[in-house]
Amino acid sequence: MTTANARADRFTQWARGRWREWAITLAAFVLALLVGAILMCAADPDVAGQFAYLFTAPALPLGAAWAKVSTAYSALLAGAVGSPTALAATSAAAAPLICAGLAVGLAFRAGLFNIGAQGQAIVGSIAAAWVGFALPLPPVIHLVVAVLAGLLAGGVWGGVVGWLKARTGAHEVIVTIMMNYIAGGVLAWVLTTDAFQRPGRDDPISPEVPASAAFPRLYEQLHLGFFVAILAAVAVAWLLDRSVLGFSIRAVGANPHAAGTAGMNVSATTIITMATAGALAGLAGVMAALGPSVNGVPVPLTEGLVGTVGFDAITVALLGRSRPLGIVLAGLLFGGLNSGGLAMQSVAQTPLTLTLVLQALVVLFVAAPQLVATLVPFLNARKAKVSLTGADA
Amino acid sequence: MSATTQHEPHLPSLNDEPEQLDFTVTESRDARRARLSSGVLILVVGVLLAVLFFTTTGISRFALSDAFAEVQLPTIELPGRLTVALCAVLCLLAGAGFLSGRLRGRAPMIAGLVAGLAVTLGFLAWAAAGKDLPFPVANQLAGTVFTATPLILGALCGVVGERAGVVNVAIEGQFLTAAFAAALTGSITKSIWAALFAAVLAGVLMAAVLALFAIKYLVDQVVLGVVINLLASGLTGFLFDQLVQPNSRALNSGPVMQAIPIPLLADIPLLGPVLFQQTILVYLAIASIVVVWWLLYRTRWGLRLRAVGEHPKAADTVGISVKAVRWQAVLVGGIFSGLGGAFFTVGSIGSFSKDLTVGNGFIALAAVIMGRWHPVLAATMALFFGFVVQMASQLQTLNTPVPSQFLLMLPYIATIIAVAGLIGRTRGPAADGVPYTK
Repeated sequence: MTTANARADRFTQWARGRWREWAITLAAFVLALLVGAILMCAADPDVAGQFAYLFTAPALPLGAAWAKVSTAYSALLAGAVGSPTALAATSAAAAPLICAGLAVGLAFRAGLFNIGAQGQAIVGSIAAAWVGFALPLPPVIHLVVAVLAGLLAGGVWGGVVGWLKARTGAHEVIVTIMMNYIAGGVLAWVLTTDAFQRPGRDDPISPEVPASAAFPRLYEQLHLGFFVAILAAVAVAWLLDRSVLGFSIRAVGANPHAAGTAGMNVSATTIITMATAGALAGLAGVMAALGPSVNGVPVPLTEGLVGTVGFDAITVALLGRSRPLGIVLAGLLFGGLNSGGLAMQSVAQTPLTLTLVLQALVVLFVAAPQLVATLVPFLNARKAKVSLTGADA
Repeated sequence: MSATTQHEPHLPSLNDEPEQLDFTVTESRDARRARLSSGVLILVVGVLLAVLFFTTTGISRFALSDAFAEVQLPTIELPGRLTVALCAVLCLLAGAGFLSGRLRGRAPMIAGLVAGLAVTLGFLAWAAAGKDLPFPVANQLAGTVFTATPLILGALCGVVGERAGVVNVAIEGQFLTAAFAAALTGSITKSIWAALFAAVLAGVLMAAVLALFAIKYLVDQVVLGVVINLLASGLTGFLFDQLVQPNSRALNSGPVMQAIPIPLLADIPLLGPVLFQQTILVYLAIASIVVVWWLLYRTRWGLRLRAVGEHPKAADTVGISVKAVRWQAVLVGGIFSGLGGAFFTVGSIGSFSKDLTVGNGFIALAAVIMGRWHPVLAATMALFFGFVVQMASQLQTLNTPVPSQFLLMLPYIATIIAVAGLIGRTRGPAADGVPYTK
């Protein structure tokens, strides 16, 4: 009986902790939207000008503000989840975010801060795109080889960082930042070589990737890559919670000295973690290179192909608290913000950059539960302990 | 490279005579590893120089003063092949010295310096050999100081904060907001001083966000820095799109700082144009190095600041308010990063564009760590980075056989080499990044 009671107690505690986590995340999101709304009104001269009448005719400024905010946010919502087409667009935007988020999150769990997902994604996209347009292979094999090439390139790019960290003690934050720039330079260079530049073009653009190497479309923008991303999340979950390697990753993340004393190979774990993280970020690059765009064919390799996926991935991993399921949800949320932000920009003329502010604010509020507790007292969030990096979990 | 760490530790046995005691035994594992990787690295570079020797033809010329200078200094002519060969030999010798482990006292430092100079000179001699134009040394040095200005200021911001125990990854975000504020204020008021003031204010405000969340709400500081960078990018981007872009003639045409030659000193050949014919921001940056050094090591506040960063509990016990000192340190750091941010707009081009700081804040952070959290060393590392960036752009004009994209990668590769090979495991302030709670 006692054990059953204890177990029930522990479950209640766990459930309460989880509920609190969810409540904080929700409150953080609402607060971020509020700050975003204030920013939107303050930065619009037409709306801000109306606030001179706040005390004489309050209906004027409040009405203008409400019109402004509701148009923008309803366009955001509609663009993210308003229709099957919007949902498909969200899934396409979320797929690379999930992969790169896993890359950052996995490294967090080993106590490593992988700012290099950007560079790893870039080299992944270079390799996948090259296999795509240069090798004449039969349909299914072509896609598989292209994906593997991207994984390998990203893995090598990340593995070098792990190797330098393990061998020379070079700080991974600095090395990954520098590797990002080098990856960008490599991309700029290959696009000027004969092997990559589209024949007959002077600007840096590669030939198109044929359909045999592209992720097949399932519904509108929803493509196979999204399910590959979910599969990657499941694989990372299994790796972290069910494998020996995952145990040593978490042990090294919690305390490398203790892990070393207990007989784990800290250097090898560092290298393998960074290589795996690199491969996951490479997969994000693969999504960018092989995922069909709005017009149905993959976008050819250019300098800005992967966008800022590697940096967005850091916020995805943080919001997802470095847990695979959390990262999938956070990736979907930010994917929705991205695709909805585009709709907001075209429908409500509110710049897409607002979604960056929203992303940053959400993570900032989630990271500071005490602040949320002060602003939203009934949440009782003061007791919540938040570990965004999940390193001590 | 992998062979370097395979050396068995030499354990003293009973048979060893006392006078044969091998001093390498007293070398720690980390120190030996750092020494061996430095040695191998220098050897590899030496071998590369030796390979370059075979592609060097003609005479390398270095112009000491630029074509418009009043006092013309001679152009130095060096035989290309001989110079490269000599530099390669020096490099190989220095590398062998490191590997032998017989360098004592100041010798490793001297060997490292010799290797560094030899690499630079050898590479430049190879690049300039047989070219019509001489390599412009004066431009190179003046450009180094100019390019390094924001990096120096950013690194000083990082040093002050981190010595007090607050990791500052948000230098980039502080730069960006300060650059935006400077461009906007400068465009409206047409005053450089107002723009500088606005930049400092913006830097301090972003620093206050960092301090609030790091010190009061105990948020993980590296995470916080990344989020603040995103916030800065989003905020400036949004305000730029919404307000500035549609009205860029009125709101985005700030004044640009002009070089102010210091009387007499600016006329010194070679040194004058490099140090005394720069913008006010460059002078401020150079002065800031001295100020931060003096603050940290010669004032009571600096002693307290360092104590709080090393052992906050001990500092608290003797009555120092840990949180107050950390707040002050982060805010003071914000002044420097604000000045550094002003460089990107009013300090160089006058106008703002989205994300125009392109990672300079991160490079300043790298300079902090490479400079071992010491203001003068960190500023030196910032200058090193500025030197490599400037060299890459100078070499582009010389038509070297290396693609320009590789030259642009040079600073980043050099940083990785410096971090991995020459500096190795660094130890920051003991309580860096650890929030303090009573």
